[in-house]
Amino acid sequence: MSDFGPLTQGVFPSILHHTHGDHLTQPFWEAAAQERLVAPRCTDCGTFRLPPSAFCFNCQTRDVEWVELPGTGIVYTFTVVRHPLHPDLAAACPYASGVVELDGTQGAGARMLVNNIDCDVEALRIGDAVEIVWEHVNDEMTTPRFRPTTRT
Amino acid sequence: MTIKDKAAIVGVGATPYTKRGQSFPETEFSMACTAVLAALDDAGLTIKDLDGFSIYSSSCDPAAVAAELGVPEVRWATTLTSGGGGCAGALGVAAAAIDAGMATTVVTLMTLQQLNKRLGGSAVDGMLGYALMSEGSSPYGGNGVPPSAAFTANNGLLSPGHSFALLTQRHMHLYGTTREHLAEVCISQRNNAIKRPTSLRTEPITLDDYFNARMISDPLCLFDYTMESDGAVAVITVAADRAKDLKQPPVYIMSSAHGGTGRWGPALFRYFQIPDDEFASSGHRPVAKRLYEMAGVGPGDVDVALLYDHFSPLVIMQLEDYGFCPIGEGGPFVAEGNIRYGTGTIPVNTHGGNLSEAYIIGMTHVREAVEQLRGTAVNQVADAEIALVTGGPASLPVSAALLRKG
Repeated sequence: MSDFGPLTQGVFPSILHHTHGDHLTQPFWEAAAQERLVAPRCTDCGTFRLPPSAFCFNCQTRDVEWVELPGTGIVYTFTVVRHPLHPDLAAACPYASGVVELDGTQGAGARMLVNNIDCDVEALRIGDAVEIVWEHVNDEMTTPRFRPTTRT
Repeated sequence: MTIKDKAAIVGVGATPYTKRGQSFPETEFSMACTAVLAALDDAGLTIKDLDGFSIYSSSCDPAAVAAELGVPEVRWATTLTSGGGGCAGALGVAAAAIDAGMATTVVTLMTLQQLNKRLGGSAVDGMLGYALMSEGSSPYGGNGVPPSAAFTANNGLLSPGHSFALLTQRHMHLYGTTREHLAEVCISQRNNAIKRPTSLRTEPITLDDYFNARMISDPLCLFDYTMESDGAVAVITVAADRAKDLKQPPVYIMSSAHGGTGRWGPALFRYFQIPDDEFASSGHRPVAKRLYEMAGVGPGDVDVALLYDHFSPLVIMQLEDYGFCPIGEGGPFVAEGNIRYGTGTIPVNTHGGNLSEAYIIGMTHVREAVEQLRGTAVNQVADAEIALVTGGPASLPVSAALLRKG
């Protein structure tokens, strides 16, 4: 038992227990609590942006509409972390974390950086299809993670 | 009108380099002062001549150094924003200040002591601190965790090595770069370090050693990471016409540039929204273009390249971004022996670099460039006329300088 609670190999523990939401990000977390993936889309040019930001990097518009996404995507890049950041995290290693590009978005600008769980870290590859899984940390915080979709 | 050939580096000074923490009881401040005085002495100047600071990555507080050493009047004190990306760009800012008549004698320096702190450790300690202490006392400030950080805090990607592993994995995927290619960078630079008395790593490494090293964050193993070390290095820049009358052969600043594509931005460390065409790169391409244009030369004119090597794959990406080989061919380029001292077409990091000599956040590369162009380097490149020095691929600005023998 570490300061991080019980650990599972392949899963980085949820070290943040609050969403720290503000007016830009709170809709994401409220949907997350319901296991729905939503992202803000520019009402002017249609560019998605995650994490949510005040201005569209493409057209500088501030207004957004929140769009529900399918929660699937592909592994854009990743690393297998084998050396723990802290000795108490050793039991979580190795874990595979990296960048996922979300289906339904334009890609860059709305990527998510996530821990890929429920996978063989030695077999994970760039381009693998993944889907979101939600970890309920507590009543407020629901952390998104991804796992490979069943391969045929 | 540019700063081309308007200023020259005329003095270099340094403390000894030590492994992390072993510079104690010296401090970052005392080492900075030692390096400044040594650089002035090397130039045949004194503290009475110094009137400018052009620094980067918050290397020192010019106010404190000036007061401690008794600088008569400070006329210029600037810093490039962000971190180790700025070392070579700070030389350009010094040249611009001198060319504009704002200062006459400008120091650029770095001092580093990793005693109670470890670079890269701040993010790790800070993020892990969320779990271990009150979130209200977060290192991000009194207001706690920024809302955007909540999107990434639980993914376990917290250290610089993790960030560069993500770029490297993508480079491997797109271009077929291999761990053998990374090993060549590490082994080549270690061979350069072996002969240098300043080097902290002098035991030879073989391909077997490389593949037997422990993996830290795939595809990076222990040898792909910079070492952690202590020390300080300073250089003095003055106007070109004044430089020829000083003690050392001048090393002219042909060009210097800093910056990068806006969407590279903070790039690493929990951002990673870089567009596809630039993701698997060092972020240096726009800087390289401006650098060569200002100098009126190309990569084929460079005799020795001192490329910031916090992580070995970023040497490969910079070789591509600075045009020594086409984009995506950096791996095979190094595998063919092109970066080796003595036999390669473009010797790289003849001092051993951050991987094997010492890590002083880029200033060891500047020092080596000056020594190469003075003709006093330990691993002297025959007839070296032009040296390229780069700052660390990281958040903007990244930077570079082309230096020329006087």
